[in-house]
Amino acid sequence: MVSPILELKNINKSFGHVQANKNINLKINQGTIHGIIGENGAGKSTLMSIVYGLYQADSGTISVSGKEIKLKSPRDSIESGIGMVHQHFMLVENFTVLENIVLGFEGEFVFGEKLKKAKQDLKNLCDTYKLNIDLESVISDLSVGFRQRVEILKSLYRGAEIFILDEPTGVLTPQEVDELFKILRSLKEEGKTIVLITHKLNEIMDLTSEVSVMRQGEVVGHTKTSDTNKEKLAEMMVGRSVLLRLNKEDAKLGDVVFKVENLTVKDDLDVTRVKNVSFEIRSGEILGLAGVTGNGQTELLEALSGIRKVESGNIYLNDEKVSDKENLLDPRKLKEKGLAHVPEDRQRMGLVTNFKAYENLIFGYHDQEPYSKSSILRDSDIITYSKKVMEEYDVRPRSPQLITSNFSGGNQQKIILSRELNESPKILLVGQPTRGVDIGAIEFIHQRLIDMRDKGAAILLVSVELDEVLSLSDRILVMFDGNIVGERINKDVTDRELGLLMAGVA
Amino acid sequence: MEFLLDLASLVNSTLRISTPLVFAAMAGIFAERSGVIDFSLEGKMLMAAFVAAVGSYYFGNPWIGLFMAIVMCVSLSMLHGFASVTHKGDQVVSCVAINILIIGLTTALAAAWFGQAGLTPTLTDEQRFLEITLPFADSLREVPIIGLIYSEILSGHYVFVYLGYISVPIVYWVVFKTSFGLRVRAVGENPSAVDTAGINVFAMRYKALAINGVLIAFAGAHLSTAVNANFFREMSAGRGYLALAAMIFGKWHPKTALIACLLFGFTDALQIRLQGVELPVVGEIPVQLIQAIPYVLTVVLLAGFVGKAIAPNAIGQPYIKER
Repeated sequence: MVSPILELKNINKSFGHVQANKNINLKINQGTIHGIIGENGAGKSTLMSIVYGLYQADSGTISVSGKEIKLKSPRDSIESGIGMVHQHFMLVENFTVLENIVLGFEGEFVFGEKLKKAKQDLKNLCDTYKLNIDLESVISDLSVGFRQRVEILKSLYRGAEIFILDEPTGVLTPQEVDELFKILRSLKEEGKTIVLITHKLNEIMDLTSEVSVMRQGEVVGHTKTSDTNKEKLAEMMVGRSVLLRLNKEDAKLGDVVFKVENLTVKDDLDVTRVKNVSFEIRSGEILGLAGVTGNGQTELLEALSGIRKVESGNIYLNDEKVSDKENLLDPRKLKEKGLAHVPEDRQRMGLVTNFKAYENLIFGYHDQEPYSKSSILRDSDIITYSKKVMEEYDVRPRSPQLITSNFSGGNQQKIILSRELNESPKILLVGQPTRGVDIGAIEFIHQRLIDMRDKGAAILLVSVELDEVLSLSDRILVMFDGNIVGERINKDVTDRELGLLMAGVA
Repeated sequence: MEFLLDLASLVNSTLRISTPLVFAAMAGIFAERSGVIDFSLEGKMLMAAFVAAVGSYYFGNPWIGLFMAIVMCVSLSMLHGFASVTHKGDQVVSCVAINILIIGLTTALAAAWFGQAGLTPTLTDEQRFLEITLPFADSLREVPIIGLIYSEILSGHYVFVYLGYISVPIVYWVVFKTSFGLRVRAVGENPSAVDTAGINVFAMRYKALAINGVLIAFAGAHLSTAVNANFFREMSAGRGYLALAAMIFGKWHPKTALIACLLFGFTDALQIRLQGVELPVVGEIPVQLIQAIPYVLTVVLLAGFVGKAIAPNAIGQPYIKER
């Protein structure tokens, strides 16, 4: 019987009325990679923030190597040998790697001997774990994958024995994920313990030896990874059986309805982000646009939906030129011509989060009948309509009067989708449709997009989730550094190949 | 020779006039590098001037006045911290409140204590700081170049002038060469990174604000107990804002902020020089126009010439742990 290196007993934590963690019991054995899987909002991150000392539990105990510890701040957990790699990296962007790592553990007031020693120690650690990090480089010059390594190195330097990684692969290319997994395995071989928090079933199956499932703040299951499979885990996460593969027939392609010609777009800082991009979409087709965040997809999507200026190039909608440098159609006119847009950042651009749900459900169409007459909103009609749509799209809770920010991410997304899809657009631009959305809702949203396609809509899907692009698209474009670097028919492509394109190496 | 002496005296007054700006800019660097906006430099400078003058008058010793000004300014910085760090209030609003409070308070207190609205009694030489003649300044005066620089420019300043310029390398050293400075900078860039390193974000910001209070007190005391021999209403005359502009112009960096302060000081010294002087071609320029030069320069510099000033990333944002 191995004794657990980390043991949680009866952890409870509430934020206001919401109980984020309920009676959590968890044992993590030394030298293992232990997965914690659950949907967004299942309480995984909260639990790990408690273990890392960022939040204080309302009740319960935490023991490391059999000894109970009191965690008042991250300092206490670091001293107990716990390290955490957060989802959003905890790095100061304009500091060097070295400065970021010694921060808080300088050991001297005036930099000198201790800093030299730290440098040497860090070089040795880099060699041992093949991290290949230049200590003098500034964080903002590093790729996301390297920033993550810096975080791992930081924990190593602080003497961590237990590494908690919160959704570590969300921002990585497949190649970077491979590299990360290599590092994690070598950490394990050195006897370190790793806790992997994720909502991705593949990662659990690939990497972990044990897995705990969380749902609605509770641990609902615990098993050896070898004794389970993806379907079983998904069922435990959601609480019902889930279709992991989409039912999708082959696309019935129609005419070209949307065409982009030599489009160039600059961002707010006047940097060219989209470089001479051309493509077309046929009706009845989903065109997937894959790429690592920040390679111009955002600017492209904004330009196509009429909210960002076009530097040069043309956009055609049903052979009609709708946009060039001089003549830019605004989002409203595009909408009238049958183009709908589900923005990438739903809270910033898709919704007015302080509005009530029914207001957001018709926003943008609010001046049309039956929602308004003679410029006066007809609230009762809107609410009746809203109830119907919320039913149809399974928005929970079904309260049109509720303030939108009180809905979960998945339900907010459904509100936007129902608004944009209900007008039966001919062309649909969708950005990150399932970012921060849980599995059950993802299934629903994906099915809706397929239905739209089958009804003859042309869909441009921009997503950083490669799995999503692969499972939905009929044809895939890969964007790197503002250019389209590859076009593939979905049936003939592997995720490895796309990954190489996304990294700009193929 | 006449021209060189003129030039020397212009440089001399530039150094003197820039001094309060230098202290205030250094004070601003500490607050803002830690992520706390400090528009209240103006108010704190005014308060320091008032307290230093009153303290020196009552106790007969300008050092006691200075000490009281330091205590006062640190308290005001803590008040700013209490509102905007602990209670996460809007930092600009907190500063504006402090500034307004102090303009009224100093005038009213002067009236209540000394019977004159906004004026404190004139300090005697024992009650104020006097100009310091550096050793050998008189004997070196006749040596070419060196005599000019040493005796005419460097010698004969108030103690604050020397302290002010010594403070710049010290601030630079603390901010960039010590672990304390690293933490101050980190807390202004990404407080979460500091929090997860097990350092108290709030405590760091309070410490930075305390240093800010000490530095700004020197600027005020310089005004009322050195270059002037009393306090008069609104005697800080926008220097706090000017220093803030210099700090931004200097991109929150002590060295470049110093250069900006000297530039502002120089235009001020120049405008004093130019008042009533007949210039070739343009003739005599109206005083009001000349006096506006430093402020116009501020606007012009900040509006275009500096390029994009990149502020500390987390400036103005109270630190709130998630949820």
